[in-house]
Amino acid sequence: MAIWIAEDAKVLVQGITGNQGTFHATRMVEYGTDIVGGVTPGKGGQTADLDGVEVPVWDTMQEAIEATRADASVIYVPPRFAAAAIIEAADAFNAVKGSGVIVCITEGIPTLDMVRATGHVAAIDGVRLIGPNCPGIITPGEQGGSKIGIMPGHIHAKGRIGVVSKSGTLTYEAVDQTMSIGEGQTTCIGIGGDPVNGTGFIDCLSAFEADPDTAAVVMIGEIGGSAEEEAAEWVAANMSKPVVGFVAGMTAPPGKRMGHAGAIISGGKGTAAEKVAAMEAAGIHCAKDPSEIGAVLLDALKAAGLR
Amino acid sequence: MNIHEYQGKALFRDAGIAVQEGVHCTSLDQALAAYDNLGSKVVAVKSQIHAGGRGKGTLFNVDSGDLVMEGGVKIAFSRDEVENYASNILGHRLVTKQTGAAGKVVSNLYIEAGCDIAHEYYLAILVDREQRMPLIMASTEGGMDIEDVAKNTPEAIHRVHVDLTNGLTEGQANDLGKSLGLSGAALESFTELVQGLFELFVAKDCSMIEINPLVRTKTDGMVALDAKVSFDDNAIFRHPDIAELRDLSEEEATEVRAKKAGLSYVKLDGNIGCLVNGAGLAMATMDVIKLYGGEPANFLDVGGGADEEQVKTAFSIILEDPAVKGILVNIFGGIMRCDIIARGVIGASQALGLEDPLVVRLVGTNFEEGRRILAGSSLNIHSVETLSEGAAKIVELVGGGN
Repeated sequence: MAIWIAEDAKVLVQGITGNQGTFHATRMVEYGTDIVGGVTPGKGGQTADLDGVEVPVWDTMQEAIEATRADASVIYVPPRFAAAAIIEAADAFNAVKGSGVIVCITEGIPTLDMVRATGHVAAIDGVRLIGPNCPGIITPGEQGGSKIGIMPGHIHAKGRIGVVSKSGTLTYEAVDQTMSIGEGQTTCIGIGGDPVNGTGFIDCLSAFEADPDTAAVVMIGEIGGSAEEEAAEWVAANMSKPVVGFVAGMTAPPGKRMGHAGAIISGGKGTAAEKVAAMEAAGIHCAKDPSEIGAVLLDALKAAGLR
Repeated sequence: MNIHEYQGKALFRDAGIAVQEGVHCTSLDQALAAYDNLGSKVVAVKSQIHAGGRGKGTLFNVDSGDLVMEGGVKIAFSRDEVENYASNILGHRLVTKQTGAAGKVVSNLYIEAGCDIAHEYYLAILVDREQRMPLIMASTEGGMDIEDVAKNTPEAIHRVHVDLTNGLTEGQANDLGKSLGLSGAALESFTELVQGLFELFVAKDCSMIEINPLVRTKTDGMVALDAKVSFDDNAIFRHPDIAELRDLSEEEATEVRAKKAGLSYVKLDGNIGCLVNGAGLAMATMDVIKLYGGEPANFLDVGGGADEEQVKTAFSIILEDPAVKGILVNIFGGIMRCDIIARGVIGASQALGLEDPLVVRLVGTNFEEGRRILAGSSLNIHSVETLSEGAAKIVELVGGGN
């Protein structure tokens, strides 16, 4: 078991014929992801060559899902077209099978476009959006697994830790830390660093809580907004499994955007100190240094009688 | 992207939002001519910089550092006062609680006709991240810091979330006005103003519009006495008119240059330069340097696909800061290969004649090869395995931080 994405999930790539789309689709196939085809408007009927693996290309998501019954799609289209691609995928999953997971990797989508797209997706039960501006989602398997995104697959292994994070490379760091204490992962999700995104911390935490194979969760936050505080409140009220946390940006100055569009302390709100305080108050074990996540996780597992 | 108040007011005027007559000036002569032409005996003389807290700021002489005047926004009751205030503002350094100690040299001035104020309000539009919707906030406590109002009298702030598919309805705008205690002509004026403002917010992809104060005049009209407008950087591509309003002199030159090179850089006050891939990891790297007693000199994210040339540009940007006494490179190779980074680091150190201590942590894709390349170079590079180790090492090498 894992959350949302099974090891053998069938995946479509939106923007498969673009540079980024082809490059990452090839890496996903190498990992073991079942890439069943892709979509590029105007290129329907062609095939995409993923380093020797030929997959079909359709003009629309509707046709692609009808032909493949895909479980998920991953979006590598440029920012100005990305929100439309999300909406197209949501409508097509809804019309053809009533469910689907959309993973949007694209960075730089206008915020108001995301307000419209997330509003559209939220109105459709059964369709989930992960991202944008995120590394994606991965469910490692015994052999291969399902990697939907841009993360390096080889650092992961199947196991019992759930990982959820706003940041890309810091997610890899967290995964590496679980491996350092001999623990693998059920599913790792990058929820993205934009101010407005789809799936949030609470969605992931509640899915991990319900997943019988997940024993504990690592949650990585960063400055900006109040998602970590809200997640902490949810954890205090609902979570029985141990949660280990880290928040990046203790030293970030106020009013400055730190790389991610959403990583900004504005009006004195969204500081790392506030977030860590809220998380600790909720019983989340916080590491001060990402190199200590493994040790903190090990302690938490021991305290819960899991090691 | 931020713009000046005078530019924001021009956008307001075009959108039919009531503002006072005003003139943008860059010299004393222009300021005096503006006063003569406005035909208002009382005018506001306003410093134009991209930072809040101007009214309570302090002006200093750029060369001597001497205090010139308290307050960056002044009400002038005569031509002589305009001359006095304008000359005390233009060319001087304005320090406010938002500028930091360095402040900003003021080269733009706005001379605005005075206004008969009956009451001051606060009005802002922004995107509520958690609700994923635009949010309008209004308060009867105008002229005050909204953060203070939120802390001390949160009940004085009224909020309306707006569904983008319907836009702000007249009913919503009207209700918001009533919650501020407005009625009659003032309520009508408010409803029209807030609807126009919301249309502007959406049409121009703003990230924030803040009016503090929004005033009710003695004749019951609502007028925007302030205009703080910022735009979503991700949407500037579809607004060439807005892109033209950009004042690069208000931005950190190095940050602008870094952005052009595809790097994300923010200058900080410490002496340890950082070069990292990924925004979250870059922040975490700064945090851990601090945890080990050092002070980071910058935030720098080289992104996911940096090549040798970008690493070199990143090094040169870090080294532009004379405070930098050492550099910590922290790379988690995903798509990016550690061997490529290792070659980039060596190439950049040689090309730039780097003499400061350099600590490099490479992990992830091809890290063995990367570390082997570093070990084989004749340069004085300290290769480490973990971030903690790297931070401890660089702090030790620069002599325990500041």
